[in-house]
Amino acid sequence: MNDELSMADYLELVQVIRLRYGYDFSGYAQASLKRRMVRFMGHSGMPSVFELKYRLVNDEAFFNSMVQYLTVNVTEMFRDPAFYRTLKEDILPKLAAYPNIRIWHAGCSTGEEVYSMAILLKEAGLLDRTRIYATDLNPANLEKAASGVVQLEYMKEYTANYIQSGGIGDFSDYYSARYDRVILQKELRKNITFFQHNLAADQVFNEFQLICCRNVFIYFNRELQNHVLKLFYDSLSPWGFLALGIKESLRFTEMRNAYETVHGAHKIYRRKR
Amino acid sequence: MGAYDIILVGGSAGSLLPVTTILEQLPGDLDIPVVIVLHRLKNVQSEMDRLLSVKKKIIEPEDKEKIVPGRIYLAPQNYHLITETDRTFMLDYSELVNFSRPSIDVTFNSVALAYESRTLAILLSGANKDGAEGLCNVQEKGGKAVVQDPATAEFDVMPLAAINACTDVSVMNIEEIILHIKNNK
Repeated sequence: MNDELSMADYLELVQVIRLRYGYDFSGYAQASLKRRMVRFMGHSGMPSVFELKYRLVNDEAFFNSMVQYLTVNVTEMFRDPAFYRTLKEDILPKLAAYPNIRIWHAGCSTGEEVYSMAILLKEAGLLDRTRIYATDLNPANLEKAASGVVQLEYMKEYTANYIQSGGIGDFSDYYSARYDRVILQKELRKNITFFQHNLAADQVFNEFQLICCRNVFIYFNRELQNHVLKLFYDSLSPWGFLALGIKESLRFTEMRNAYETVHGAHKIYRRKR
Repeated sequence: MGAYDIILVGGSAGSLLPVTTILEQLPGDLDIPVVIVLHRLKNVQSEMDRLLSVKKKIIEPEDKEKIVPGRIYLAPQNYHLITETDRTFMLDYSELVNFSRPSIDVTFNSVALAYESRTLAILLSGANKDGAEGLCNVQEKGGKAVVQDPATAEFDVMPLAAINACTDVSVMNIEEIILHIKNNK
């Protein structure tokens, strides 16, 4: 992998994408986005950066496939089981005090963690009075998420995660398998709304008691992280909860004093006032 | 000032003992960061950071954490560990590379770009070829690429892959690796 991208080429590609399609990647963490651009060039057989820019400007379908590739769409159900156990044992009982619960999954990718949440809510008897808003930048992800279809091969691992997270049911009750895929139970899906939202550019759209944004803002630089944490602050009710990925931290952001830590190890925070 | 600004250590199967040996014998006044990438299981409680905290506490960095000289870092489970050119860490939860996350290649490649010729990269025992590409990149950027002598490695696939892939790697046993670190600090 010697075919690296110069900083000038990188910045120009970001600029081309922004001007031509309105997607702004300038707030993304550079090393990782650059790596994905180089990989995309290999993947799509682009012989040079010049050729890549030419295709980008002239071919929207090509751009769409590039966005699909640049944005990380890796996720799993009940990722970090200990986090879900804490959510179930400590956070959901607090949310139960609200007559209507609103949860935002920001950067939900293909929805696996959204359905994990729906399962927890169902087991806590809260699903019927909860509305989950699940958003992502990438329309292809949202379409897949809304379908509720998951590859069968992953279910073994998801089942193990579910059990580790303290699930009380039989995991196989939550889906029907057919050939090499499963479809998640319709009841889990009925209170979820999937729609496109760009954390870098779009605004507050509701008020939530819990926002989950796990392993999304690792891909952002510090400025964009600050921006997103401000957006979340404005989107949370007083004392509303914010859940981040296990290795994400408020420590290095300007917004650290606007939140208090509820569970340090599981990265669950709460909006002050 | 020594020859390096950062030391990388990568390994997989059979690397725990050599890593521990190297850590035990690191100079107490080493004033550059050490970054360790080992293949690890995900979604299970891991004691790896405690296991490796032989002399000094090992840190599993968080996203955007500044890379501090003298500290020893371990790539966390289930993330790729990437360095930015401003010498901070970034954590990445994207596809597996060489069936691994963390992948040694991903970390080594990013450090080669951020630290260039000031990098010392060491690849130890392992049973797959992860790390070879990263090691070559470190060396192409003018850094020093070292592999554990395959004859002394419990699993020789990883060191052999690097020896075959890169044009100029130094083959050393663990004692020679430790000596090299001491002589260049």
